Amino acid sequence: MRSARNRELLALVPASLLLTAGFSAVFIERDDVLSNVSLTYGALFLGLCLAAHVVIRVTLPYADPYLFPLFAVLACFGIVMIYRIDDDLAREQAQWFVIGLGLFAATIVLLRDYRVLERYRYTVAAVGIALLLLPRLPGIGAQINGAYLAVKAGPLTFQPAEFSKIAIIVFVASYLRDTRQLLVIGAKSFAGIAIPPLKHFGPLLAVWGGAMALLFVIQDVGSSLMFFGGFLAVLYVATNRLSFVAIGLALFGAGSWFLYQVRPTITHRVDAWLHPFGPLYDQAAGSYQIAQSVFAQADGGLFGRGFGQAIIAVNGQPLLPAAQTDLIYSVIVNELGLVGACAVLCTYLLAIERGFKIASLARDSFSKLLATGLTAVFALQVFVIVGGVTRVIPLTGVTLPFISYGGSSILANFVLLALLLLVSDRARREAMT
Amino acid sequence: MNAPISRLFVVVVLLFGLLVAFTSRWTVFEADALRHNTKNRRDLLEDQRIHRGVIRAGDGTVLARSVKRSDDTFVRTYPLPKLFPHAVGYDFIDRGRAGLERNYDDDLAGRKNALGGLIDRLGGSQREGDDLLTSLDPGAQRVALQQLGNRKGAVVALDPRTGAIKVMASVPGYDPTDIKRDSGFRALNRDPDSPLLNRTTQARYPPGSTFKVVTAIAAIDSGKYTPDSRISGRNGKVISGVPLNNDGGESFGDITLTDALTHSVNTVFGEVGEKIGKQTMREYMERLGFGKPVEVDLPLDERAASGERRSGTVRDPTSGFVDVGRMAIGQDKLTVTPLQMAMVASAVANGGKLMKPHLADRIVDRDGRTVRTIKPEEMSQVMSSDTASKVGAMMAQVVKEGTGTAAALQGIDVAGKTGTAEVDRECGPNQLWFIAFAPVQDPRVAIAATVECGTGFGGTVAAPIAKAVMQELLK
Repeated sequence: MRSARNRELLALVPASLLLTAGFSAVFIERDDVLSNVSLTYGALFLGLCLAAHVVIRVTLPYADPYLFPLFAVLACFGIVMIYRIDDDLAREQAQWFVIGLGLFAATIVLLRDYRVLERYRYTVAAVGIALLLLPRLPGIGAQINGAYLAVKAGPLTFQPAEFSKIAIIVFVASYLRDTRQLLVIGAKSFAGIAIPPLKHFGPLLAVWGGAMALLFVIQDVGSSLMFFGGFLAVLYVATNRLSFVAIGLALFGAGSWFLYQVRPTITHRVDAWLHPFGPLYDQAAGSYQIAQSVFAQADGGLFGRGFGQAIIAVNGQPLLPAAQTDLIYSVIVNELGLVGACAVLCTYLLAIERGFKIASLARDSFSKLLATGLTAVFALQVFVIVGGVTRVIPLTGVTLPFISYGGSSILANFVLLALLLLVSDRARREAMT
Repeated sequence: MNAPISRLFVVVVLLFGLLVAFTSRWTVFEADALRHNTKNRRDLLEDQRIHRGVIRAGDGTVLARSVKRSDDTFVRTYPLPKLFPHAVGYDFIDRGRAGLERNYDDDLAGRKNALGGLIDRLGGSQREGDDLLTSLDPGAQRVALQQLGNRKGAVVALDPRTGAIKVMASVPGYDPTDIKRDSGFRALNRDPDSPLLNRTTQARYPPGSTFKVVTAIAAIDSGKYTPDSRISGRNGKVISGVPLNNDGGESFGDITLTDALTHSVNTVFGEVGEKIGKQTMREYMERLGFGKPVEVDLPLDERAASGERRSGTVRDPTSGFVDVGRMAIGQDKLTVTPLQMAMVASAVANGGKLMKPHLADRIVDRDGRTVRTIKPEEMSQVMSSDTASKVGAMMAQVVKEGTGTAAALQGIDVAGKTGTAEVDRECGPNQLWFIAFAPVQDPRVAIAATVECGTGFGGTVAAPIAKAVMQELLK
C-alpha cells in the first residue's frame, strides 16, 4: 500500500507549514531574529513526524493515511501554542513527544496482533482500575484542586486516568463482543423499556461501576464523564439499543444530581459554572478561572487578537490559570478568534471521522468496538474540556488531546493512535486481500 | 454495526456544533457585555502593555513617563513627584486615572480610530502613545509651592494672551507613587486636608473683595459708572435692607470708584451692585465663565463651578435668594475656584478678551512630529478694551497705593486686587486672596493666589506669594 503512505506523507506538508509559520509568528511577535537554535528546534519536531511516518510505513503499510497527519497537525499546533506560552514547557513537551513516539512504536510492535488483548481482558481491566487507585495511595498521590488526579514520582507527575481510559475501553469492547447478542436477546421489556439481563450485564456493570466509583473517590469528574460516555457509545454500537443508552443517561443524571447534593466540591463546580460572576469569583478554586476563560474569548472576538498577543499572566500572577492545560482553548480563541477555534475543532472532527471510519471498515466485532470506544473517548475528551471552558458544561480538568501540555496525556494519546492504526491496518489489509 | 457508528458520529458532530455555538456566543454575541463586565480587567491590562507617551513641562522637563518591567508591561513613573501632582494626575491600573493623564488618555495611549487599530494589530507592532507637551513652568511652580509652604491654599498663573497655564499649585500635594500602594491610597483618601483635591480647580472658596473686580467690570462696561463716578463710602449703609460695614468700620465720604477699589470699600461696591442689578451682574459673570465647571483641559469631575451656591449646587445670580449687594463684594453665598479668579484678572489683562485656560500645548508623536497643537481659543469678549484698560488702571492703583502694595515689583507695574473673606472656620478665620496681572502695559502673567484658614489680610499674606511667582515668571 505504497499510495496510502505517500498520501500520508503528502498530508504531513500542512502540518510542517503550520509549524514553520507558527514558530515564525512567535518570533516576529517577540521581535527576535529567527535564530539557528529555534530553526533546528522546529526541524527536530518535523523530524519526529517523519520518523513516525517511517514507523507506520514499515509496520502498518495499510493503515488509514489521514489519521496520523491530522494528529500531527494538532500536535504541531499544540507545540507552537505552548511555546508561545512558555519556552521551557514547550521543550519538555517536545521531550514527551519523543518518548510518546517511542511508546507509539513499541505499541505497534508489541501489539502487532492487538486481538490478544481480548484474552487478557480482566487483567487489562484490573490494571486500569489499579491505575486509577494510584493517586489515592499515600506517599505518591497528589491532590490538585480537591481532585486526586496525579501520581508524583520524584520530579515527574503522572496522570493515570489518561491510561486507564484506554484499558477500560479495551475491556468493555472485548466483553461486549462476547455478550452483545445475549444482551439483546435476553433483554426483558419492562414498561416498554428493554432491560438487559443482569446475568450477562453484571460483570460489565461491576467493572464499569468500580471505575465510576473510583472516579468519584478520586473526584475526577472530567474523566468519569469521558469513561461513562465511552462506555455508552460502545454499548450502543454493540447492541444497537437506544433504550440501553437512555437507561445509562438516566442513571448518570440521577448520579450527578446525587453528587451535586452531597459533594461540596461538585456543588462548588456546578455553581461556579452557573454563576461565574457571582460571589464564587473571589473564592479560592471558585469561578475565577471560568470567568477569565470567557473574558479571554470575548476579547478574541471573530478573528482574535493575533498570534502571541494573549495576556496570560499579570505581574507573575496568572490571569488565565492553567493556560497551558485546561484553558489552552481559551488562549486559542483569544489569539485566533472564533475562526481559528473552529479550524481546531474541525481538525478534531476530521480525526474523529477517520476513527469512526476505521471502526466501520473493521471486520470483526472486537476491532469495531475497540475503534469506536477509543474514538468516542477521544471525542468526549475534547468535548469535556472545550465544553468546560466555553461553559457548555461545568469545567473539569482534562487535557485537550495533543494540544494541552502534559506528558501522560501525550503518551496515552499516542497509544490510542497506535491502537487505531493497528485496527485500521488489519481492516484494510483484509479488504485488499 | 455500521449504522449505529454513523449515528454516533452524528451525535459527536452535534456536540461539536454546541461547542462552536458557545464559542460564538462568547466571542460574538455576548462579547460586548463580557468586555464591560466589571470583573473584566482585560482592557486595563491591555493598556498596561502600551508604551504610554511622556508628559513634559514647557521647558521639556519630563513630568511623567512609562518604564518597562520584566514582564513587558509598563508602569508609570513621575520623576518630579511633588511638583505637579494635581495637574499631571496619575495612571495606575488599580486606581484608574486623573488629571492630564486622564484627559489626554487617548493621545497618551495612542488610541486611534478602529481602522488604524486594526492595521496596527495586523502588523503586530507594539502600541505606542504620543507625548504631551504642556505649558507648565517648573521653576515658577517651585516658587509657588515654596511660598505656600505648609499653608493650605492654591496658586494658579497663566498667560492672559493665550490662556496657557504656567503654574498650578495646590497645597497639600501628594506623591503619585503613594497612590499605587493600597495603604498610601487609603491614607490620602482619609486625610482631612484632602491632598488629592486640586484646589486650583475644585476648591470652593469665598472670593472676598477680589470679586469687586467683577463688579467694577460690570459697572463700567455696562456704561452705568466710570472710574471717576463718586459714590458714598459711609460705614453702615443699608444694602438689601441690612446695614453693611466697611473693613475696620472705616467710613468714607463720596469717593471715586477707583478709590473705592484701591481701599476696598464695601459700601461703595454694595451700592454699585444693587444699582446695576442682578441681570447685569449675571451677564458679566457668565462671560467670565461663572456658573459652569471652570474651563480647563482637566476631567470634568476635577473642575468645580464658581457662583452663588445653595445646597451644593450653583444657582443663577438672578435667583430670588441672592443678595446682589453682598454678592457684589464677594460675600453672600458666593464661592469660586482660584482658576476662575485668575481668569477674571486674565480677561482684564488681555484687553477684555478672555482666553480659554489650558495646560496642554502640543501632542507630539515618537518621531517628534506634531500631531496636534492646542491653539489659543477665545472664550468670550467679556468687556470692551476700553473698559479693560480702565479696570486695569484701577487695579494698578491698588498695588501702587492701596491694599496690595506688598505685590509691587521692582521696575514692573503690577495690577491686582486683594481679598480677605471671613470664613470663621476652626482652622483659621480668613480666606486670603490676591489676584493680579503684570506688567500693566503689556501683560504676560495673570495670577490668583489664595491661602485658606489664614490670619491677617490678603494684601499681607497672599500678595507676597503672587509677587514672588510673578517675579519668577517675568524673569
